[in-house]
Amino acid sequence: MTIHTSIKKNAYYDSVTLMLLSRQLQELAGVEDVLVGMGTELNLDLARDLGLATGEFDTLTPNDLFIAAKIDEAQISMKAVEDAFNAYLNKSAESESDEDYQPPSLSSAIQALPGANMVLVSVPGQYAAAEVEDALDAGLHVMLFSDNVPVEDELRLKQKAVEKGLLMMGPDCGTAIINGIPLCFANAVRRGKIGVVGASGTGTQEVTVQIHKLGEGLSQVIGTGGRDLKEQIGGLMMIQGFESLIADPETELIVLISKPPDPSVAEKICQIAKGSPKPVVIDFIGGERAAIEAAGAIPCISLEDAAQKAVKVLRGQEYEDFTGFSLPEEQIEQIVEKEAAKLKGDQTELRALFTGGTLADEAMKLLGDHYDIYSNIPLSPEMAIENLPEGRGHICLDLGEDEFTRGRPHPMIDPQTRTEFFESHVDEKTAVILVDVVLGFGSYKDPAGAVADSVREIRQRLSNQGKDVVVIASVCGTELDRQDLNKSIATLEAAGIIVLPSNAQAVRLTDKVMQRIKKGAGDVS
Amino acid sequence: MSVNDLFKQELKVVNLGLKSFYSDLKSQGVATVQVNWKPKAGGKKNMLNLLSKINKVKQS
Amino acid sequence: MIDIIEKANKEALEIIQNGQPTLIGLGVAEEVIPGMEKDLFLHAGPPITWEKMSGPLRGGVMAGLIYEGLASTPEEAAEYAASGKLRFEPCHHHDAVGPMAGIVTPRMPVWILENTAYGNRAYCTLNEGLGKVLRMGAYGPEVIKHLQWMESVLYPVLKETIEIHGPIDLKTMIAQAVQMGDEAHNRNKAATSLLIREIAPSILKTSFSNEDKIAVLEFLNSNDHTFLNLSMPAAKATLEPAGKVKYSTIVYTMARNGTEFGIRVGGLGNRWFTAPAEIIDGLFFPGFTKEDANPDIGDSCITETLGLGGFSMATAPAIVQFVGGTPKDAVRYTTSMYEITTEESKAYKLPPLNFRGSPTGIDIRKVIETQVLPIINTGIAHKDPGVGQVGAGIVRPPMACFEQALEAFVNLLEDEGLLED
Repeated sequence: MTIHTSIKKNAYYDSVTLMLLSRQLQELAGVEDVLVGMGTELNLDLARDLGLATGEFDTLTPNDLFIAAKIDEAQISMKAVEDAFNAYLNKSAESESDEDYQPPSLSSAIQALPGANMVLVSVPGQYAAAEVEDALDAGLHVMLFSDNVPVEDELRLKQKAVEKGLLMMGPDCGTAIINGIPLCFANAVRRGKIGVVGASGTGTQEVTVQIHKLGEGLSQVIGTGGRDLKEQIGGLMMIQGFESLIADPETELIVLISKPPDPSVAEKICQIAKGSPKPVVIDFIGGERAAIEAAGAIPCISLEDAAQKAVKVLRGQEYEDFTGFSLPEEQIEQIVEKEAAKLKGDQTELRALFTGGTLADEAMKLLGDHYDIYSNIPLSPEMAIENLPEGRGHICLDLGEDEFTRGRPHPMIDPQTRTEFFESHVDEKTAVILVDVVLGFGSYKDPAGAVADSVREIRQRLSNQGKDVVVIASVCGTELDRQDLNKSIATLEAAGIIVLPSNAQAVRLTDKVMQRIKKGAGDVS
Repeated sequence: MSVNDLFKQELKVVNLGLKSFYSDLKSQGVATVQVNWKPKAGGKKNMLNLLSKINKVKQS
Repeated sequence: MIDIIEKANKEALEIIQNGQPTLIGLGVAEEVIPGMEKDLFLHAGPPITWEKMSGPLRGGVMAGLIYEGLASTPEEAAEYAASGKLRFEPCHHHDAVGPMAGIVTPRMPVWILENTAYGNRAYCTLNEGLGKVLRMGAYGPEVIKHLQWMESVLYPVLKETIEIHGPIDLKTMIAQAVQMGDEAHNRNKAATSLLIREIAPSILKTSFSNEDKIAVLEFLNSNDHTFLNLSMPAAKATLEPAGKVKYSTIVYTMARNGTEFGIRVGGLGNRWFTAPAEIIDGLFFPGFTKEDANPDIGDSCITETLGLGGFSMATAPAIVQFVGGTPKDAVRYTTSMYEITTEESKAYKLPPLNFRGSPTGIDIRKVIETQVLPIINTGIAHKDPGVGQVGAGIVRPPMACFEQALEAFVNLLEDEGLLED
């Protein structure tokens, strides 16, 4: 160990800067002790106390800066210490953190953002109602992403919102696009003439994405939250949204999306549809057509169908139920043959693993009549996943449901949950894997990549048993989403995944493949 | 300010909760502010109780 | 119609905004401080006994006893302090404030300030300078020698200086300093310079020898924190009358004694609400770490109570380096203080915030509702007596002080039948 002094004459640095510098230099390997200071009596005493003083100290004045260091010359030179000193000083203020001020409360935030007109609430459910109340009292619209909000609070808050002419989208509302701006989980779609009110997050996403694909655009996309069309809430936000779109000059056609409402609520909505001067397309997913038709609105058989009809009606074209595929029939048959040929006789089971709740629901509604599918969103109680027999069977899971998101992020945000299910639920008996890949704001940076990786792992695993598997997917996204629709499709196809242009088509192809292997196996189940 | 009024205005969003929602809005150039949210009074029931009492003080 | 709390707080803020702290002279503690007596030492923070005192506070007491001639060694001093022959009371109970240990002994010279708007006075000892000093708990011979020099040379020269000069408007001086990079707690370089510039001619006009005048000027100049012992009583004098406003939820005192942090609230009069003082995390001098630190100590956060110090950090960005932050962080800290205060200062304007007045009038209701605690810039003392300052950093009061105060406030309102059912 040797002691060195470095002196900079007539240099001034702030005492705090120098303290920080001392600390930085202290951390260099080979520096046992170091003091950086101006040559004041106090600092010279301190240096002496620390055993760092040398003869050169006698020449120091308070206007001089000194670096006194005790170093192990095998590890570091005094010059290196001086260089580090200079480097630190030259470091510019780009280490400045770029974080904006975060006010501690809603009221101070409203002050900090003059003209604020929307509050987006995703705090824990037990606190959400109070915040929403404050927002509505302050005259702001609300999007309430939080769930676990008591239904009594939802009712009271929606009544207040309606009274004040405000939006209260939620609770459990994941998707909205207001004034062309995607909120929470939503896709980048072009602006246009079709307005949407949706009680179902990924259902809304799918419809908006399909409308965009067909070349039309969205004026406003209003969410209502999943419970809005239950009798207790009475469709308050669906009605509020519907009426505002009827009054909106930019909106020429309206699409409503929801699971089948409670009867009294369905009636109220149909009443409004009856009196609407603008065409109304209604998808009560899996629900009854008659009442909708009687109200002069257009019923649908799938989310894709809703988008197709909306676009056709907007363009004054003829429309019909879309039950088929975008690709020509023969091409579909070829795909079915080719894929079915990959499978062995004992591969019979379906594994549908969804991240989007409404997309899972649509799959269940389209497949559930033809197959006995065990699920956490079963069509009837005896098909609940817990009842899966020892002999096993078909499975369709909505991985975004509460039981799978305790203490874990939603699978749209983080693919890990589905990755684990790919590992645990896919085996040598699996015939077809059906998945959704949801792009857009809020979603994981590369959902297609995650699925492709898992599929490659599965094929690897199954090839050890001389087997392969059929994987069918749809991508809910656009070329404007940051995850890029086309790139995502390419990623999936590179893993041998068959990508269809919509959830409904993916489900239909799954049905065809399943029927094909049934026939092939000579099974009549 | 009704829903139809909102449709004519520039959207300005106060975000309470998940920071990713704020970041997404910011990346789109939307005027937005992130609240450094904590439960009112730290969620402590006794303090919330005291605050609501003190807010009911009489007028002079 | 305005509720009685809002009315009281308006009154408290008017008092605070109108305060005119003025330096009017110097005196000896036992002659000028109300209630000062031969067997009484004053200390920083809320009331405390010898048994509960931390290292620096004890060290300060021991130094004080040796200085007073009541003990000749530190051991004797410790015995004397524990014996019950010496009483201890907070500076705050005697219109005084003291930095760090804040020990005031009967023969110590003090600055005398008057709040000319309301007539109340405030007192503070003269700042000893840096290094091993009584306020950091040092009690060696050099400490005593220095105190004796201050008593025999510094004090008389300054006393005559102010007599010659006349009263000094400290409000204006602080307002100027705050626009020159000071925050009046940890950063006093500008204010000290303004003070010396103001009084230098009068020092020269005093009847003392050139040697003494030179020594005084050199001493004042060597110590950037000379002005701290004026900014503190200035804040004290400004805030004290707000301590008598019934039904006010505004904090008029924050103080620590090295063991406990205490606050006092206008509508609750002289009552202290205390909780254990925090250990400060900050920048340590070479050779020292967090393990060496004493808990938070000193009356100096009376400056924050007024909206200076940490509350004005935006205007003194150099301070924020204590926590490895940036000037933007300094602005953020100050901005967050507006959430828990009532008005903006009419006197102390902060240039980096477009000359916005500093956050003034801490409201206990807002602290609890937002969970944002006041931010304090402070020096860190070594936990052992006799060592001195080991660093500086940022610290906050314990939430418990505010919670206790709120509970007491609501009880008071209930007792007086002032709550609607």
